Amino acid sequence: MNLTGASLLILALAVGFAFGWLLNRARVTSADVVCNQFRFRDFTVIKVMLTAIVVGGIGVLFLVHSGYSHYYIKPANLLGVGIGAALFGLGMVLYGYCPGTGLAALATGSLHALIGAVGMIFGAIAYALSFDWVNEHVLNVWSLGKVRLPDLTGIPDAVFFVLLAIGAVAAFYYIERKDRARS
Amino acid sequence: MENRNAQPAATGRMDWTPYLAGAGIGVLSWVAFAVAHDPLGVTTAYSRFASLFALPFMGHAGVAANSYWKPMPLSLDYSVVFLIGLMLGSFTSALLKGTLHVELMHNIWRERFGGSLVKRFAVAFFGGAILMYGARLAGGCTSGHAISGGLQLALSSWVFLLVIFASGIVSSAFLFGTRKGDRQ
Repeated sequence: MNLTGASLLILALAVGFAFGWLLNRARVTSADVVCNQFRFRDFTVIKVMLTAIVVGGIGVLFLVHSGYSHYYIKPANLLGVGIGAALFGLGMVLYGYCPGTGLAALATGSLHALIGAVGMIFGAIAYALSFDWVNEHVLNVWSLGKVRLPDLTGIPDAVFFVLLAIGAVAAFYYIERKDRARS
Repeated sequence: MENRNAQPAATGRMDWTPYLAGAGIGVLSWVAFAVAHDPLGVTTAYSRFASLFALPFMGHAGVAANSYWKPMPLSLDYSVVFLIGLMLGSFTSALLKGTLHVELMHNIWRERFGGSLVKRFAVAFFGGAILMYGARLAGGCTSGHAISGGLQLALSSWVFLLVIFASGIVSSAFLFGTRKGDRQ
């Protein structure tokens, strides 16, 4: 299916709306919930992410194999990804949100989420201004291209998802049992 | 689990379990891949929106010539409209839950650092800035990299996912402390 023009923008609004709705209903628009993930006191964030990855991944695997979609892989320039992710983790703890939950939270009245979203504008401009240097000195280091784990390891996609699903269910079972024992 | 109970009225029976919400995001990814042909993501579009604020000091020509923004000039296209939808969806959900409220800082921040607005806003601003810089350097955020890339089993996205958790845990231990005793 290929939508264009106004129907594509209506779809964008609808998919965005659903995403924002889900983030809010999952309570990850709360900075307390996000911060408490990193302190191992609230596992909401990891529950949402892992479930989304397993459910989404199995569906997308079928969609790609039946020709309805294709992969959009971000290149593994591992120095950039590593430094970027390290900054991201620190930023998430200081801000209390990630970019998507921050925007979703400011829409519910969080003023510090709004302040951080202004900070995000500065961060984006700083990146654009430093892009030439970064592109030349960082993004080409340990650059393995658009690699997927199944290509890298030779282990089929299905095995990854079976292991991920089993791992997720086991972890969730453990977390829920501990939570129940505590309360 | 005092912290959980200390949430303002922002929680309740209208919240979904994280599993249901996560599965919903997974199903939404199917739509994003098969119909929109654009995986869920936030920061690429947001950095294009940010180019608007560079206009006063870089000028139209400067922004247009910038090698980062050049291939993706700002327009009201799918990924930008997606962000508007995201905020509308979150707003509507909170409105129907009855949890719309002005929040100046989160509870665990106030418990740790007190109620100073200047302090909280300064750190939120700085945190937002390095969060965004990191996201652009890594090539995505929690949505575009960790979830959308993770579900494609991309190497870069799994490295991203593991490193943000490692960095977040260490940063959090420094910022909020690790004492088990302050659980209550």
